[in-house]
Amino acid sequence: MLKKHWPVILLGIALLVGLALPLATGASAPGFYIEVLLGGLMTGVLYSLVAMGFALIFKASGVFNFAQGTMVLFAALAVARMAESMPLWVAILLAMGIMVVLAFLIERIVLRPLVNQEGVALLMATLGVTYFLDGLGQIVWGSDVYEINLGIGKEPVMILQNVFEGGILVNKEDFAAALVATALVAALAVFFQKTPTGRALRAVADDHQAAQSIGIPLNWIWVIVWSVAGFVALVAGVIWGSKLGVQFSLSQVALKALPVVILGGFTSVTGSIVGGLIIGVGEKMSEVFLGPILVKTFDLAGGGIENWFAYVLALLFLLVRPEGLFGEKLIDRV
Amino acid sequence: MFYRENGQFKSSYASDLQMLPILQDRLFMAGLLVVAFVAVPLFVSDYLFLAILIPFLILALAAIGLNLLVGYCGQISIGHAAFMAVGAYSAYNLALRIPQLNFLVVLVLSGLIASAVGLVFGLPSLRIKGLYLAVATLAAQFFMDWLFARVKWFTNYAPSVSPAPIEIFGWKVDSPLDKYLFVLCVLTVFTLLARNLVRGHIGREWMAIRDMDVAAEVIGIRPVYAKLTAFAVSSFYVGVAGALWGFVQLGAWEPLAFDLNLSLSLLFMIIIGGMGSLLGSYFGAAFIVTLPILLNQVPAALGVPIPTAMNAHLESMIFGALIIFFLIVEPQGLARLWAIGKEKLRLWPFPH
Amino acid sequence: MAGESNARAARIGEVILALEGVSLAFGGVKALSDISFDVREHEVRAIIGPNGAGKSSMLNVINGLYHPQQGTIRYLGREYHDMDPHEVAVSGIARTFQGLALFRGMTVLDNIMSGRNLKMHTNILLQALRIGPALREEIAHREVVEGIIDFLEIQAYRRTPVGRLPYGLQKRVDLARALATEPRILLLDEPMAGMNLEEKQDMCRFILDVNDQFGTTIVLIEHDMSVVMDISDRVVVLDYGRKIGDGTPDEVRGNRAVIDAYLGVSH
Repeated sequence: MLKKHWPVILLGIALLVGLALPLATGASAPGFYIEVLLGGLMTGVLYSLVAMGFALIFKASGVFNFAQGTMVLFAALAVARMAESMPLWVAILLAMGIMVVLAFLIERIVLRPLVNQEGVALLMATLGVTYFLDGLGQIVWGSDVYEINLGIGKEPVMILQNVFEGGILVNKEDFAAALVATALVAALAVFFQKTPTGRALRAVADDHQAAQSIGIPLNWIWVIVWSVAGFVALVAGVIWGSKLGVQFSLSQVALKALPVVILGGFTSVTGSIVGGLIIGVGEKMSEVFLGPILVKTFDLAGGGIENWFAYVLALLFLLVRPEGLFGEKLIDRV
Repeated sequence: MFYRENGQFKSSYASDLQMLPILQDRLFMAGLLVVAFVAVPLFVSDYLFLAILIPFLILALAAIGLNLLVGYCGQISIGHAAFMAVGAYSAYNLALRIPQLNFLVVLVLSGLIASAVGLVFGLPSLRIKGLYLAVATLAAQFFMDWLFARVKWFTNYAPSVSPAPIEIFGWKVDSPLDKYLFVLCVLTVFTLLARNLVRGHIGREWMAIRDMDVAAEVIGIRPVYAKLTAFAVSSFYVGVAGALWGFVQLGAWEPLAFDLNLSLSLLFMIIIGGMGSLLGSYFGAAFIVTLPILLNQVPAALGVPIPTAMNAHLESMIFGALIIFFLIVEPQGLARLWAIGKEKLRLWPFPH
Repeated sequence: MAGESNARAARIGEVILALEGVSLAFGGVKALSDISFDVREHEVRAIIGPNGAGKSSMLNVINGLYHPQQGTIRYLGREYHDMDPHEVAVSGIARTFQGLALFRGMTVLDNIMSGRNLKMHTNILLQALRIGPALREEIAHREVVEGIIDFLEIQAYRRTPVGRLPYGLQKRVDLARALATEPRILLLDEPMAGMNLEEKQDMCRFILDVNDQFGTTIVLIEHDMSVVMDISDRVVVLDYGRKIGDGTPDEVRGNRAVIDAYLGVSH
């Protein structure tokens, strides 16, 4: 077993060592270290939220939805703008309705005609959807920065002051986000395992034709899947939007979710969570601790490791374990 | 009745293997070249050169490069602008630090450097394919973005670079007409080379890998060689295009000039134009270059004013819709429509 | 008829390919168990057996597409068990596929020319300029391919994209492409599947011609017993991944185990 999995094990050890170094070498105070760690975990949770949408759609329809990020933005924009003239919870409900309609339209116009083409064609089609939604969203909802006010205070809270010197700064919003994400995952798990629709979705993910032959209506399933993904996008959008403000760059943040699904496995919701946490923590840690070292050694202009850490990690994973940590192994039969 | 092959028999393999075996095609190509090299310079305004023709030609070169990799060899890359950046920055640094070098040499060297980088980032294609490879190529994009933005040596410690104007054997390439002719020459040569490659055994290797890589292996094609050469040649073309884009089209640029949007634009060009077709690369480039201008002029001409802020968004929507449209209706793009048109022309005026 | 097969028998040479103790498993599924048989040069060797017996897997093992967990393949004096498919091709073993593995984006001519790739060696730069050695090489190999096109009577379809051809013709192109690699051994995976009587007769004729004129050793998987009995020199019978018969067509026909396997008698 060691012989077969040595690259992954090596990678894991490298990551753990990298994680432990700042603490071990005393380069940073334990309290600060934990703050960065928590910050990374929180960011990771947010990435997971977006990645979950990817995994859901891929799991059930084999399509890689490049447009997931844009769906996050679209949903967030809808909520932000509608909340200007109605209570927040109404806006959220209406936005959910819009996402369902969107799911329906995508299935009808994009997925159904392309159902026989290979994955790359569908990927490019979702690319088309991305561009379309980007443009549409900004024409309909506008392209300024908008606010979503969830009513959770933005001031950070100091905890564990008696354990660590100076205490640890924790963001209440991030904490709420983590709670919501956990609840969402639990709900999804229940949905997939216990409900008939969930079982049908898993059947479709396994084998389209077999599922059809036992009477599962493929088209409806896809509408449901994209709606659920839309719902996940909505939750992600509301949380991200409340944290960062709703703006165009939100859809770019979602591009980060790609490495997350690579790490976790394209077909695994659990993988999205684990992958998101690894990338969130890894990014933050390398930005805060590794960044200054690189800047000094190579005379760089500022950090920005965050921009590529996730991708390079994903690249390494693709080379040693393309199916990710929790994904299904791909077998090529001739 | 004009486009008939009748009477054009070939009596040797050499003549059958020529690039344009049908006389009418040869005449058409000759005419096209005359128009491009002679008529256009005589009649076209500077504005058209700068706004349409020059970007069209350079992007066509980049599209050919990407098409060789994606359309002919079937390896997806959605971070190809990274190699344009490598080409551009290589050219800049070469021209800056070794000013005695002839610009043509600089161009070729930049292409080779981009080729080497492309080769490295093409290594994942040996183990993964399809959309996994697509994500890996994004790593190239973002890493290069970061590299040129942060490692100050590349930009000579300035936030943006602006190279000196090109001079080749005493010919100063700075007027729009000069630039157009220079780029046109490069394009003609490179298109010819690409066409030969595609018709040769390496082209068949690429297409075999694209169509069924297992079968290709079984008839003795080495996937490693085919995929890596595809990446190398593709990156060469794209690197040269990047150098031209920076030096000729932009004049001065920042790292973000070669970002993900450019990569995606290249991909759109070959999807809409036609994957696996050199002609398609030209169609796609022409489309991408003219669409924004059409969007600007046509509604105003029709009396329907659209605020300029909305233009970018509308463009986005139209791109998206067109991608989906082409993928559904004609996945082989405009090139296929052109081929169908030619086939109909063969029969004209008979219906079938 | 007897005179013909005697002439054929006289031509059959030494063993050039031998499988020894080959076992192949996927996860828990055993596709092949301890298979050993040999193939003599210039002969027509048939592999038969019920569906799922492991026949295609066996060809895949010979090709290098699957690497057996146990056993080796001896070919031209060399033993191997994990060669890459393209090395196997270069050493002279070619193959057609049951489910047609043609390159759908190319014409018939290009498909067959791609079979010559393993013999074309001019570098990329010369190809790009298409002068001198590159052009001469292209023309020389084109001549060889045209010979194969004549041989298989598909001249009219040279420039047709393969996807547009009827099934029988596609199979012929598959065969042509394999022939283009100038193999010593040709592995044919159900070359007559899905053909009508006329097409089968044509294909039989082509296969025998290949064996006669070029001396190519043929190993073929086939379900049609009349074809097998007619054209093969020796037969291997597989069932559930095991060898249950090996000999001339007449010997195998009378073998109890073979009859049981085909009639589905449980054992």
